[in-house]
Amino acid sequence: MSTATTTHDQEAFNLKEWIFTTDHKRIGVMYLIGSMAAFAVAGMMALMMRLEQANIGAQFIETGTDYNEWLYFHGAAMILAFLIPGLTGFAANYFLPLMIGAADVAFPRINAFSIWLFYFAIVLALLSVVVPDTPDIMWTGYPPYAVTTEGNTSFYVFTVHLLGFSSILGAVNFLVTVIYMRAPGMGWNQLNIFVWTTLAAFVLQLVFIPVLAAAVTLLLFDKYLGTHFFDPAAGGDVLLYQNLFWFYSHPAVYVIFLPAVGILFEIIATMAKNQIFNYKVCVYGGIGGVVAIGGEVWIHHLYVTGMPDWLRIGMMISTLLISVPVGLIVMSLWGTLWRAAISYNVAMMYSVAMLYLIMVGGLTGIPLAMTSLTVHLSETSFIHAHFHFIMGLFSTYAVFAAVYYWFPKMTGRMADNGWARISFWLNFIGINVTFWPLFIIGPQGMPRRYWNYEMFPQFEAYHEVATVGAFLTAAGVAIMIINWITSAISGPKAPANPWNSRSLEWTHAPNPPGPGNFPEAVTVADDWTPYDYNK
Amino acid sequence: MKLKRFFSVLNGAAMALLFATPAFAAAGDTPDTRADWDELWHEVLVDITVIGVIFIVAAIYMLIRFKATNPEQVGTATRLTTANAIGWALIPAAIFMADDFYLAAKGWTVWDHQRTVPENAMEVKVTGYQWYWEFEYEDGTTTDELKVPVGTPVVLRMTSDDVIHSFGLPYYRLTEDVMPGRITYIWFNPIEEVETLVTCREFCGNSHSEMFTAVEAIAPAEFEKWLAEQG
Repeated sequence: MSTATTTHDQEAFNLKEWIFTTDHKRIGVMYLIGSMAAFAVAGMMALMMRLEQANIGAQFIETGTDYNEWLYFHGAAMILAFLIPGLTGFAANYFLPLMIGAADVAFPRINAFSIWLFYFAIVLALLSVVVPDTPDIMWTGYPPYAVTTEGNTSFYVFTVHLLGFSSILGAVNFLVTVIYMRAPGMGWNQLNIFVWTTLAAFVLQLVFIPVLAAAVTLLLFDKYLGTHFFDPAAGGDVLLYQNLFWFYSHPAVYVIFLPAVGILFEIIATMAKNQIFNYKVCVYGGIGGVVAIGGEVWIHHLYVTGMPDWLRIGMMISTLLISVPVGLIVMSLWGTLWRAAISYNVAMMYSVAMLYLIMVGGLTGIPLAMTSLTVHLSETSFIHAHFHFIMGLFSTYAVFAAVYYWFPKMTGRMADNGWARISFWLNFIGINVTFWPLFIIGPQGMPRRYWNYEMFPQFEAYHEVATVGAFLTAAGVAIMIINWITSAISGPKAPANPWNSRSLEWTHAPNPPGPGNFPEAVTVADDWTPYDYNK
Repeated sequence: MKLKRFFSVLNGAAMALLFATPAFAAAGDTPDTRADWDELWHEVLVDITVIGVIFIVAAIYMLIRFKATNPEQVGTATRLTTANAIGWALIPAAIFMADDFYLAAKGWTVWDHQRTVPENAMEVKVTGYQWYWEFEYEDGTTTDELKVPVGTPVVLRMTSDDVIHSFGLPYYRLTEDVMPGRITYIWFNPIEEVETLVTCREFCGNSHSEMFTAVEAIAPAEFEKWLAEQG
């Protein structure tokens, strides 16, 4: 163990010790800070886009390229630098070792290297905004546009490389940690659902990231070294890239979705004081099923690319079948509320909101799974609203809920106060006001990624409403972040186990845990589970 | 076990729906894929709304009904028996799958209409450029807007000169990407006179949001006159 150099939190703050730390909890906190920084900048880009879209014609951009640069940064940063590191970096690092009763991860120094790579990537991504030739290739980077544009595609490629490398190292680290470092006595069916979902997310990362890395590397070669992988004039193929890209990036949706679901289960089970409904079916059928099918549906991102008709039908069926494992997960979530004893805190409010988001976001995926409907819905604001609900908002709420729920664990203080509730309502109302108008105008033909829509003047009122919603959301989030900071410094002291959880991070570790996490080595009984309230 | 019986009845109902796929447009007629799309869309909306309402009402009920009355209270759900656990996996899975296959079957029928070009279709070649559309008619005439005669199905054979674009026809409920090095197609059936438009639906750079042009279905005589004027 290399925790000898880390200090307890009550001692003086020492930046060097944070930078060179190998403690999974500090690394987790640094992931949170870095990913929230990316979230803040990407969120401001979203506000600028919504302002630009509020009315027809140019509001304050000079050319469409300005808007396209925000579009690039918003998508790339939100997915790659906020959601993935927020869930598999922050949440997995801080809570997973505590949940399995381990003193740290299996390879603490590799873990430290992962966070360094992540910070290099964040710096690189932020630099790309201030260079004169900011990338403008969306988060998808489709050639030939990504090759022919004057924007600097290499920033995108190198950011993906750094984050991908960081994630692969993290994946190996956490797989080994869960397999070998569980507390003595802890069997597979006694793991927290969050541990299972994190495991599943890292399996997906390990299998699929190399494909993305290959895709963007070929893009780099095409643009800067004169190769022709994606250039049809020289025998290349533009669709090769899209196949490689979505072969990773659809599973990446589950890399984000699954840990978010895991956090939701932890909070619901604790606040409902109930066991997980149908645990084994949830784990092996639900989470396992998503992992098994998740790699066979990527063509639904290519429904309108002239793919063979039979392939589009086959992938329609496999995509619809995703509803089976996701449905099992939903049954377990709902079942966990049955005959429960529910108490409410802010984390639980976010969790209830997530139940709504998973419903609306999941069900609006069904028409999009159907090829014959997607030929019209493709690239409209309907799809924009759909994936914001299920991927953007659902998973962002998971990060927020996790911070509130484990705030006493991380800081020893409470952040659950009036401001937390005000900020919740502001941003919950805000997201609905933002995205419902987009659900409505999408099927009427409003394309996404448009800064101007002079051809559709009838949609202007909807865009105005959506813009108001975006600012409500931003106000809520700003209050929330200020509340986190002030509560971490001067919030009321938290009791040892404020939510009366049965999970190891609450029952066996102090707030916040010191080096090595547990004062005494943890062992668990054969019939122990993190959810046995009714005993 | 009452719930289980309830689910098996529901499942039976879903299977009955699955095998009762209604007939689409009568044989011999050229299908109206716009109407097909609207019909399917409304059915799917009803389907997902029913599912959504059931789950959300159930959640609200439980969130209120099972509120803790004191901080010491714990949930009283008990561990499922093996039979119950399997039942609660297989029955919901069967219902979800039944709905999936039901929707897939309906979607497939519409898809067949959308992808089967009628034999009497008029062909127009479409080329996408950054940032405009070009149309070439069978007689070699090229135009920057698309006019078609009412009553004749139209098939568009599409490619791009530079980057990927997408030919989005909201009125006819169709989109298909337009790519360099590949030729894609869509077809539509202009059954009445209408003035509508095509927008680009694949991100293509600076003026992506301004890459639109008129699409008009006009009377055949008027179309012949217009086409002659273009040459």
